[in-house]
Amino acid sequence: MGLEERIPDSILLTTVDKMINWGRKWSIWPFGFGLACCAIEMMSTFASHFDLARYGMEVTRPSPRQADLMIVAGRVSMKMAPVVRRLYEQMPNPKWVIAMGACASCGGVFNNYALLQGVDRIIPVDIYIPGCPPRPEQLMDGLLKLQEKVNKGSVKDQHEEWGRKAV
Amino acid sequence: MEEQVRSFLKSSFGDAIIREDDFRGQQSLYITPETLAPICEELLQNSELDIKYLSDITSLDWLGHEEEKNGRFEVIYNLYSLSHRYRFFLKVRLPGDNPEVSSLSHLWQAANWLEREVYDMMGIRFEGHPDLTKILTPDELEGHPLRKDFPLTWEQPQFSWNKDRPPEVIK
Amino acid sequence: MPEEKTIELNMGPQHPATHGVLRVVLELDGETVVKARPVIGYLHTGIEKTMESKLYYKALPATDRMDYLAPMSNNLGYCLAVEKLMDIEVPEKVKWARACLAELTRVNSHLVWLGTHAIDLGAMSMLLYAFRERELILDVYEACGGQRMMTSYIRIGGLAHELPKDFDRKVRKIVTVVRERLHDYEALLTNNEIFIRRTKGVAVISAEEAINYSLSGPMLRGSGVKHDMRKANPYSGYENFDFDIPVGKNGDAYDRYLLRLEEIRQSLRIAEQVIDGMPEGPYRAHVPGVVLPPKEDVLYKMESLIFHFMIITEGFKVPFGAVYQAIESPKGELGFYISSDGSNKPHRVRVRPPSFINLASLPRLVEGRLFADVVCAIGSVDIVLGEVDR
Repeated sequence: MGLEERIPDSILLTTVDKMINWGRKWSIWPFGFGLACCAIEMMSTFASHFDLARYGMEVTRPSPRQADLMIVAGRVSMKMAPVVRRLYEQMPNPKWVIAMGACASCGGVFNNYALLQGVDRIIPVDIYIPGCPPRPEQLMDGLLKLQEKVNKGSVKDQHEEWGRKAV
Repeated sequence: MEEQVRSFLKSSFGDAIIREDDFRGQQSLYITPETLAPICEELLQNSELDIKYLSDITSLDWLGHEEEKNGRFEVIYNLYSLSHRYRFFLKVRLPGDNPEVSSLSHLWQAANWLEREVYDMMGIRFEGHPDLTKILTPDELEGHPLRKDFPLTWEQPQFSWNKDRPPEVIK
Repeated sequence: MPEEKTIELNMGPQHPATHGVLRVVLELDGETVVKARPVIGYLHTGIEKTMESKLYYKALPATDRMDYLAPMSNNLGYCLAVEKLMDIEVPEKVKWARACLAELTRVNSHLVWLGTHAIDLGAMSMLLYAFRERELILDVYEACGGQRMMTSYIRIGGLAHELPKDFDRKVRKIVTVVRERLHDYEALLTNNEIFIRRTKGVAVISAEEAINYSLSGPMLRGSGVKHDMRKANPYSGYENFDFDIPVGKNGDAYDRYLLRLEEIRQSLRIAEQVIDGMPEGPYRAHVPGVVLPPKEDVLYKMESLIFHFMIITEGFKVPFGAVYQAIESPKGELGFYISSDGSNKPHRVRVRPPSFINLASLPRLVEGRLFADVVCAIGSVDIVLGEVDR
């Protein structure tokens, strides 16, 4: 919102935090970065059988500048890695990242020259969802845990913690 | 149909066929690299055999196997006839250092991308190809991945006993 | 005098209308495309090299992840190639069950194609309808193999487990429901003025050019060439079934749309014939030392336990030679060229990717046309980037 950097450290916010977190967690706009097979399960989750619109995530923005949540769904190859990093940097704060599937979390089934072994080598990840591909219910469980994480956050947070020490 | 192909090739290019093979009902003919382009041009003109469909161009690497004495690399052309529903293979053996064979992109448009992929993954150059560049691997990757001397380059996964060390890459 | 200059536009790897990570570098003169160059490789996984370092059984799940919209087709192609290499004959029931699953996979893939193609052209509700129908087919996959998409249910020598007890009831339900809903889709799109104007005369390719570009599948049949691997070189019991092959006339995107809808109807026809006449028998061939014995035997008999252990840890020795097996996947002619050097690991597994070869004709389809036709052409070619890049 622009005010976060100007609030000095000596001020604590309680009810304002609760209200803003409530607003943020029920209107996350996902930037569905569907790369491979997990993207099809992500599309199934957004479709009518397992509906994600009831959690407020109806609007999926194709442009990173208008999105909050980046769901990296699929395997990230070495050629695609700089593109992922650039798209992450184009997203405005506050932003969250979900690594969906085994290939985005840790390299998955493929342990070879061509794949990045986990997308957390280049961007910080908040929630990891295992599975190859994860069921839609697993993705929804991950999104609900992300909502809990948003709930615990504060307006004054800086969103640059790294999930794992990058190598 | 097998007889027709063999007799056609023997009549026009008698000494080009080095070896013939028939494994599980599939006919393959080993030919010399220089006669590849003339043979394919003749096949395209022959309307009785009607072999106009190039299915695939593949390559193999026989490094470390006793087949290597005939040539380290093997390029396989998968040709199909739509009206006779017949498939056969033309195979070419190339030496290990500086493998080169003439390109077929002036005969079949499909050969353009297929040859680029063979060049990228195996390192075999095609003479006369309009744009022989990398197609699948990133630009920073040096070497040709499908060769037998290019390692798989896998990483040791992190267990509890090595979780504090950075992951080591095993070639 | 101002010179004519063209703009270079990058339709980047992340784009809502390219199906996956495809990058197209376009040179535009106003709205007209002067040159188009697809750049691929953003999903390259090195699957062929990975399969060379594993035993034949263990390389099977990697084939699921190539064309991830039609996973059972890839499994089928690989298993047929290995069975041809080892000269294994599978029982009749296995052939019929595999044909049924391959046809359900074709319906699955064409439904996803329909949903994504229509949403690219503006009809958003088609995506939701297509994914609703797909849930029924994914139910069958889950009942058979335990997983919604990457089941690896078709194994070397047979199937992974026995077919589920309510298999025929589920398949009959799919046949009736999808047949009825196809009328809804036709009512929405076929005579729709907007859809016709966006697809008629767009992405045209003639029959001679299609053969020269080695296209296969609906792209080749849409231009008038009546060629289908299921009728030309039948595999897995397809010679027993009665079905037609639809052929288009003009080779444009509208013809391919009608052709794929008709293919869905023919696939449902084949699935119905399989359910009506499925023979009884074992679900795996009995080849000791090569095909895994059924789990009930492994728990009670000593020889089966020993064979199970040997096959899983050491694999089986394969004769020296190379085979090629082509099947008709929903995207075109999917072929597996497996070369063996006499040991228990494959020497080279080559996948002939139909989407890769079909995509090479994209410059021919869009040059000289408007920019919006690029989106329609990419959708009409029906690519899956997992197969293009492998």
